[in-house]
Amino acid sequence: MPSTIQNLQIIPLDYYIFFCSALFAIGVVGVLVKRNALVIFMSIELMLNSANLLLAAFSAYRNDPAGQIFVFFIMVVAAAEVAIGLALLVMIYRSTHTIDINVLNKLKW
Amino acid sequence: MAEYIWLVPLLPLIGFIFIGLNLKRLKGINAGLIASVTVASAFLFSLLLFFTYDNQSGGRTIELFKWIEVHRLSVQFSFLVDHLSILMLLIVTGIGTSIHIYSIGYMKGDGGFNRFFSYMNLFVFFMLILVLGANYLILFIGWEGVGLCSYLLIGFWFKNHAYNDAAKKAFIMNRIGDLGFLLALFFLVREFGSVSYFEVFGKASQLPSGTTVLTLITMLLFTGAIGKSAQIPLFTWLPDAMAGPTPVSALIHAATMVTAGIYMIARSNLLFLLSPVTMATIVAVGLATALVAGSIAIYQQDIKKVLAYSTVSQLGLMFVALGTGTFAAAMFHLTTHAFFKALLFLGAGSVIHALHGEQDIRRMGGLKIKIPFTFLLFLIGTLAISGIPPFAGFFSKDAILLGAFQFGPVTGILTTAAALMTAIYMFRLLFKVFYGIPRFAENASHPVHESPASMTWTMSLLAILSIVGGFFGLPHFLGGSDRFAAYLSPVLATPIEGTRSESINLLSEWMLVIIPLILVIGLVAYSWSRFVKRANERGDALGNGWMVRWVSNKFYLDELYEAMIQKPVMWLSTFLHEKIEIGIIDKLVNQTGTLVVWIGKNIRYIQAGNVGYYLFYMVISIIIILFFNLFK
Amino acid sequence: MLMGYLISVPLIFSLLLFAIKDRTSINGKIALVASLLTLGLALWIARLYLSDPSGFPVFHPDFFHYLGIEFKLSLDGLSLLLLMLTTFLFPLIIYSGVGGEPRRNSFYALMLLMEMALIGVFTTTDILLFYIFWELALIPIFFIAILWGGDNARAITFKFFLYTLVGGLIMLAAIIALYVHTGGSHSFAFADFYRLMRDPRAQIWILSAFFVAFAIKIPIFPFHTWQPDLYQTAPTQGTMLLAGIMLKMGIYGLFRFVLPLCPDTLDRWGFVLIALSVTGIIYASIIAIRQNHLKRLIAYSSLAHVGLISAGLLTRTFYGMEGAMFQMISHGINIVGLFICYEFLVRRTGTGEISSLGGIASNAPVFATFFMIILLGSISLPLTNSFIGEFLLLMGLFQYNPIVAAISGLSIIFGAVYMLRMFQRVMYGPTTEYTIHFKDLNTNEVIVLIPIVVAIIWLGLAPGSLIDIATPAVRYIGSITMQIIDY
Repeated sequence: MPSTIQNLQIIPLDYYIFFCSALFAIGVVGVLVKRNALVIFMSIELMLNSANLLLAAFSAYRNDPAGQIFVFFIMVVAAAEVAIGLALLVMIYRSTHTIDINVLNKLKW
Repeated sequence: MAEYIWLVPLLPLIGFIFIGLNLKRLKGINAGLIASVTVASAFLFSLLLFFTYDNQSGGRTIELFKWIEVHRLSVQFSFLVDHLSILMLLIVTGIGTSIHIYSIGYMKGDGGFNRFFSYMNLFVFFMLILVLGANYLILFIGWEGVGLCSYLLIGFWFKNHAYNDAAKKAFIMNRIGDLGFLLALFFLVREFGSVSYFEVFGKASQLPSGTTVLTLITMLLFTGAIGKSAQIPLFTWLPDAMAGPTPVSALIHAATMVTAGIYMIARSNLLFLLSPVTMATIVAVGLATALVAGSIAIYQQDIKKVLAYSTVSQLGLMFVALGTGTFAAAMFHLTTHAFFKALLFLGAGSVIHALHGEQDIRRMGGLKIKIPFTFLLFLIGTLAISGIPPFAGFFSKDAILLGAFQFGPVTGILTTAAALMTAIYMFRLLFKVFYGIPRFAENASHPVHESPASMTWTMSLLAILSIVGGFFGLPHFLGGSDRFAAYLSPVLATPIEGTRSESINLLSEWMLVIIPLILVIGLVAYSWSRFVKRANERGDALGNGWMVRWVSNKFYLDELYEAMIQKPVMWLSTFLHEKIEIGIIDKLVNQTGTLVVWIGKNIRYIQAGNVGYYLFYMVISIIIILFFNLFK
Repeated sequence: MLMGYLISVPLIFSLLLFAIKDRTSINGKIALVASLLTLGLALWIARLYLSDPSGFPVFHPDFFHYLGIEFKLSLDGLSLLLLMLTTFLFPLIIYSGVGGEPRRNSFYALMLLMEMALIGVFTTTDILLFYIFWELALIPIFFIAILWGGDNARAITFKFFLYTLVGGLIMLAAIIALYVHTGGSHSFAFADFYRLMRDPRAQIWILSAFFVAFAIKIPIFPFHTWQPDLYQTAPTQGTMLLAGIMLKMGIYGLFRFVLPLCPDTLDRWGFVLIALSVTGIIYASIIAIRQNHLKRLIAYSSLAHVGLISAGLLTRTFYGMEGAMFQMISHGINIVGLFICYEFLVRRTGTGEISSLGGIASNAPVFATFFMIILLGSISLPLTNSFIGEFLLLMGLFQYNPIVAAISGLSIIFGAVYMLRMFQRVMYGPTTEYTIHFKDLNTNEVIVLIPIVVAIIWLGLAPGSLIDIATPAVRYIGSITMQIIDY
């Protein structure tokens, strides 16, 4: 039975790269064009996970576990970040009743 | 004996410290007595030294302690005992003692009596350091120290700002000279690696005559002397210095401190003889000063100012003697001048005392009858200073004239003219003060009175010295042996001395005595007719032409200095402060701060608060950095 | 270990003062005890050091190792003299406050903190530690000036703070550059840098950076404009710290870093720095003549004096360096003396405007005498301390160039002009409404002034005691930096 790694290697590495880049670009565009803070937040997660996927792919192709370890790290950090980020959003919503970032322009001079 | 020389300056110092610490506690005239006793004991010690000190052994250096020792420069705090310093010791402590005693009477009842004597003792201390120092730096201690005491004593009555200004002026003008002196010291250190007299003279005597560096050194030293001894162009402080109490004028501004410059040059005679350019300059400056100050003295109306200008003029004559190489003559005149000028000042003090502070000779006159004893003493002083034999001034002036004529006929004639001026202004003073009709308002409650005994007796002592002082240096052609010059000969190199008998024969020597004498007597007669006989016909002034106005206003020198130095410096001070400091430098500093604030103010609009924009900037920046790294 | 005690005594007392409840009656006493204790320790250390200079132990606690930066305190002649100056002046400065306005505990705590930082600056042998102490010294004086200052204290103190902070940062940059340019791995000890700094191209930048940093602190013309304002507005005790001790940090820095690290550049460009210093002398002296506020006048006079010190030092002649060394001490003593007199004067009259004063000498002869002696010290009359200093400095300048010496020498004339003018207006003449009830000094005040006056005259009479301590250090620095103008 082929190992997971061999299964992964059936798909060429280029495909992973293209896919992840596309995912990352979608994330970037999402961050740039969306006005809802929650959606922006999700887009950021998308970018983060595209990077994770790429790390895992490279790790598999190069037979180096370090990449996968990094993935776990990033997932932990992302979880913490999400917790704080969502908490912030909830707080913002409670005080302003909106999470539209165009309305949230108090943070200036 | 000589190894205890430190006692001499120490005694007045102890007096100063004791009186200074007990300013409030000392009652009556005790402070005066203490001060006088300390100076008198210093005088006694000096006398003892004078009689016991071995005649021919040259100088003895007494080292007290190491003062400054840096690198290769080693300056000892040491005293030099030789004939020159013993002579100066005698003058300083002798005149000092008599003036201290005089002051007890003069200053009695003054609120600052104790303070006065502490300053006087301090002055004597510094003056003794000056004359005893075995190197230029110790001399400099005394040099600046006496300047300080002069400052304190001129401004003694410090509630009056005019007096304070005079004191400040004296100190600052002295400091100008001091800077020259200091620079000379640096040259000495650079050239000879030492400031001690022996080493400097020893090394300098191996240099050829007229070396540039020697000329520079001597010129700078002479600058110091110009400041201290009130020569052109720094002489205007001395007449102003008359703001101080009269004993101060007598001691500091006639007999001792102002002669420090003469002493210093006589002390460095070896250096000066090696630089003919400087010697010629000294003659020129001395002569110019003697003539200018003499002519100003003729037109002064303040009894002390006349004497002050007279002092300047006499100092000029001493410088002429120095410049012509007759150092012994200069020292001789210094000595006799100390006697009769101190006497004259004390006499003037007695007059002022009698008239309760009046100093204007236009409001005097006829005092001959009121205060006959003072008159007699003043007359002796006047005769002595005018050079009438057998009084002291005659001999010392004769020695100077001799030197001047040997230097050159023009110098000789001009020097004679300057010497003759003495007769005019002094007899004018004498006649206007003591003869004619009284021009003062006599107050019944304060009648004009003769001074107390402590004043008159010390004056008599000085009068005796003024009479006989000249015989110490009785010249050869009058049957004397010039003991004065002989006494100083181990210290003073006098190349002209040896050639004197050859270059000037007996006849011309007599001529030099007789002709000025006749002229002096003529001038006295003229003054008599002018100021006593016809005093009322032509009023006070000697005329009113532009020339007279010019001279009687001291050639407008003070005004000139004010316009040329004081005003510009004051203007510069304001200008630098307001325009450069605040206007440019500080503004630049503040502008830097303002600039930062301004940039912040304008750049803050980037921070619009819109999260979308921030994200956009972020992404764009990341892309830019990415590309930058890609194509590096 | 002694060095450790020396630096921790003021620190501990400072923390103690911060911690205790504010009681104005004992704040000053605690601070005084602390500073006297430090003085005692310093004297003991001095005795130990002088008995065996080479065997003096380095204080090197084992708690700080990083990149070769180490916590090391030690002594050489230079450090010892400045240490003595600091510890000698602190009790006087603190004691001069007795009878004045009562101060909070934090005031004295900050002063002691300052003392600790200054001792650190003068005794450390590690360049980064030097920087840390250097900046540490800035903090207490900032608070002292801003919290207890007079008119406009906030703006002026802030300007001073930013100005010197910028200087400090430039110095930090220079230190880093120095480390980069000296190559190889080595410690941050001074001696290592002296040994390794042999890159002439880097010197010019390092020299400029160090010079600017020190020139701001000293201050040297034209980096001085913070000084008169700050001196005027800061509480007088703070001004004493600034003028008496803190500016010595800058000169010490010149001595320690600029001279030995940049000899080649100084050969070529030293004249610019000397010219700046000499310009400052004349500039400040002339401005001082017309100043109407006593503190500003003293500030400008100080500017002139330190200009002479740095000019003499930068000539790198033996006399110049010895003179700078000596004059640093004398200047510290004299200017603190002047400010103490000022403090006593203002305490009685409430004004420092020269035009409002006058006639004090007739009411207070003792005060006038003390003031006179200190003033004579500062116009360098022979037999006072600063005469020796100025004599040596001018001699150094003279060896460098006689004309420069003559120009700098003008300061002794101008010095007499502005000081005597001030003395005349303040002490002489008729009394004014401010001075009519002027009381003479009381015992406490006399006790403060006596050590100053004694030091002035003693150093003037026996300068050898000080010069001998300084000489080995000067020779050491000189052997690294000196060009051969040495006769």
